[in-house]
Amino acid sequence: MTAAAAPVGFRNQLRARWRELTDNQRIAATIGIELVAFVLLWLIDSGLGYLAALVFVALWCRRMPPLPWRLLTEAIVVGVFVAAWLAGSAAGGIPIVLAIAFGLTWIPERHRRWAIPLIVVLLAIAYPIVLQRLFVVPFFGAFPDILTGTYMIVFMMMAVGLNIVVGYAGLLDLGYVAFYAIGAYTTGWFASAQFAGQKCSKPGFSIDNCPGQVVPKLNFSLGAVGVPVGTGGIHISIFLVLLLAGIVTALFGIMIGLPTLRLRGDYLAIVTLGFGEILPQVATNGSSLGGFNLTNGQIGITPIDTPGFGNRLSNLTGGFLPANYLTCCHRTIWHHQISSYDVFFWTAIALLAFTVFCSLRLRDSRLGRAWIAIREDETAAAAMGVPLMRTKTWAYAGGAFFGGVAGAYYGSSKDSVFPGDFFFNISVFILCMVILGGMGNVWGVLIGAALLAYLNKSGLGNIGAWINAHIHIFGHHLNINVPEYSAGIYGVIIVTVMLVRPEGLLPSRRRARELHEAETQDEYLYDLRHEGA
Amino acid sequence: MALDLPGPATDTHALVAADASTPVLTRSLPRWVNPVNVIGLCLVGLLAVWLVVNFVKSPSQFFEASLIGITNGCVYALVALGYTLVYGILELINFAHGDVFMLGGMFAISFATWFGLAPGPWYEWMPLAVLILILCAICCAVINATIEFVAYRPLRHAPRLAPLITAIGVSFILETIAQIWKGSDYVSFPEVLPTTNMFTIGGVGVPWTTPIVVLLTVPVLIGLTFLVRSTKQGKAMRATAQDRDAAAIMGINVNRTISFTFLLAGSLAGAGGLVFGMSGANLNFQSGFTLGLIAFTSAVLGGIGNLTGAVLGALLIGLIQAYNEALTWHAPGSDWTESLVFTILILILVFRPEGLLGERTPEGA
Repeated sequence: MTAAAAPVGFRNQLRARWRELTDNQRIAATIGIELVAFVLLWLIDSGLGYLAALVFVALWCRRMPPLPWRLLTEAIVVGVFVAAWLAGSAAGGIPIVLAIAFGLTWIPERHRRWAIPLIVVLLAIAYPIVLQRLFVVPFFGAFPDILTGTYMIVFMMMAVGLNIVVGYAGLLDLGYVAFYAIGAYTTGWFASAQFAGQKCSKPGFSIDNCPGQVVPKLNFSLGAVGVPVGTGGIHISIFLVLLLAGIVTALFGIMIGLPTLRLRGDYLAIVTLGFGEILPQVATNGSSLGGFNLTNGQIGITPIDTPGFGNRLSNLTGGFLPANYLTCCHRTIWHHQISSYDVFFWTAIALLAFTVFCSLRLRDSRLGRAWIAIREDETAAAAMGVPLMRTKTWAYAGGAFFGGVAGAYYGSSKDSVFPGDFFFNISVFILCMVILGGMGNVWGVLIGAALLAYLNKSGLGNIGAWINAHIHIFGHHLNINVPEYSAGIYGVIIVTVMLVRPEGLLPSRRRARELHEAETQDEYLYDLRHEGA
Repeated sequence: MALDLPGPATDTHALVAADASTPVLTRSLPRWVNPVNVIGLCLVGLLAVWLVVNFVKSPSQFFEASLIGITNGCVYALVALGYTLVYGILELINFAHGDVFMLGGMFAISFATWFGLAPGPWYEWMPLAVLILILCAICCAVINATIEFVAYRPLRHAPRLAPLITAIGVSFILETIAQIWKGSDYVSFPEVLPTTNMFTIGGVGVPWTTPIVVLLTVPVLIGLTFLVRSTKQGKAMRATAQDRDAAAIMGINVNRTISFTFLLAGSLAGAGGLVFGMSGANLNFQSGFTLGLIAFTSAVLGGIGNLTGAVLGALLIGLIQAYNEALTWHAPGSDWTESLVFTILILILVFRPEGLLGERTPEGA
């Protein structure tokens, strides 16, 4: 309340104390702490210690004057690892990864905007080819394989989609998994034998006493590849289905949104949660909705058609675009035999790039600015002439679109759709990605999503294995099944991030200011935070 | 929005609200005739017709379903009151509450095995059950107050969605704790109540569970009502719920009052845990979440922030769930229970966001 009050709270006091130190004292303290941490880690596992030391060096390099000290240090670090590689004691991937990481910091400020994403995309494209040559990271285990990579990218797409709803427009959506499910089931319906049905090849007979053959009732095909002759059902090319799934999901998003968007934030969260709970149940029980088999129940819809561009497009591009993803790829690049998993991975990258591009352009558009205005102050936005309902509905539709596309692509790459994939946990998981990365900032969300999806798919297992192998307490081997407790780990992440750094790892500057608004205002009548019991 | 128990302040609220929103001039039809109300009433009418047909077809089945519904309703009421108390005072949907209830159930099971609760004449196990009820209530109260202290208090001035998100995180943490504690399998309360009927009315047997559950729940509810309406602490709670700043000016320790509310809500959840166990249900670490959502639906149905409404809503939801699962004429069946409850939740929020007994507020509508 008074202006010159002593800083309250442990963190603020620590911060104030830190500010009183001189620069040299600060640097000495930091290096001291880091050395201690480095030695401790090294005692646990030597690889972990070296990794930590590398990270420290890389971080300190950023604070050095660029030439000649930074260049020299970086050259020495890379040189040491090249020497180790030549001597045969370290993997060749280490100096390459280091050189690239150091190189990124040398890009001038004004070119970073386009250069860093471009380099990251190029690296991601090269990833399947160099994967076999990469090294094992201490603590985290091997680099994620291509299937994990595809999974990560699909979740990154979904997180970017949810970011439109939660990050841009500030509407909490706890049922995002519903959109994912609808996207996946759209692929299931329009690119499989789900609706084939049966009839007798001779007219006038039922299938029970058919003199000829029993053939599918419905047979529709549009650009699909790799469908065996005589398989009924609807088969539309996956690339069309992706678009269709996006549109269907967006329509569904509007349908959910229209009646519920006029509710206030937390009620909206509950309604979306309700939809997120209803949809999996419909999918589970949907094997006979009024006698009609919509979702094939627990068994799920499988197989789903594979993506592919067809022979004509494939020939036109000289075999660059594969005709059928499953039977493609006989090429070898740099001793790496390209598999269909790689093609799935590359397609996912293309979709993600499209999603990110759209998301960024949307943010800067008139609509995006309206979303941000609504998020910051709904009443003020309405007073400035922003149509609330329409803008919110568009946010919903936009978020739903990308969720749907991601779900559809994942369904197709996994070849199946199960109701078990669409539980509430997934909604929270995606929300967790957005929060951890930094609501509103696409790059932050991408990092958060990549990290969490990796942890979920293989990271937790690897880390658990590492902990069980390396940590002994009083001579006891720990035997913890870390992935089993993933929900609790995400819970800890959510709570810690919200309490310590509510703006996430890499926040948008605007959002961070909004979330810290409370700390800068001291006109509260009664400071509930720091006084009283 | 406030904990709107009957009292002078609430009445003035209602009066002001009525004055502010009466655009009578533009309407020729009565005010309640509008598409939203008509569709809503039609849905309620359909529900009534379905119930009546079922009742006529098989009265005994209907009666049995009602008994199950009342049993479930009592459990939901205890949990829903927790939601409504917290919402009334902080306007926060405490997602973790369902999991606190689940932990209450786990505590009840542990205590029951520990004390060796066993079937026998009622005067042997009843005092023990009451003791366990109190112990569970204390444990859950402490847990709930701790959650408030750690996860919600630091975010008091943050945007509204921040504590909601931490609440989800806390809920996941509690689930994991329960998973580590009791494993992933279902655990059940020792069977104490005789499986025979307590008495029969008109040829329909009344099992022991329903009267016992009602007998355990009703005193808790009476105690709560007394506490909120007639004690100084209850008055402080109502004041804080209405206007936090004004309450602080009047010398109420707001933080302590909020902590007390969480203690109260937690103890209700703990009591609910025991009652749930006594009614013969199994639970595992994930049961709390769904049950919590159902209880939250009850609170919304009755009008969130309204204590009487929460109990009424809980009984209605319990009955609807039991009718859905036990009746035979055109009932969707237990596969669809959650869908049904959430559909009710969505319909309520769309058609009557203020709930059955709540008052219309500018933000809620």
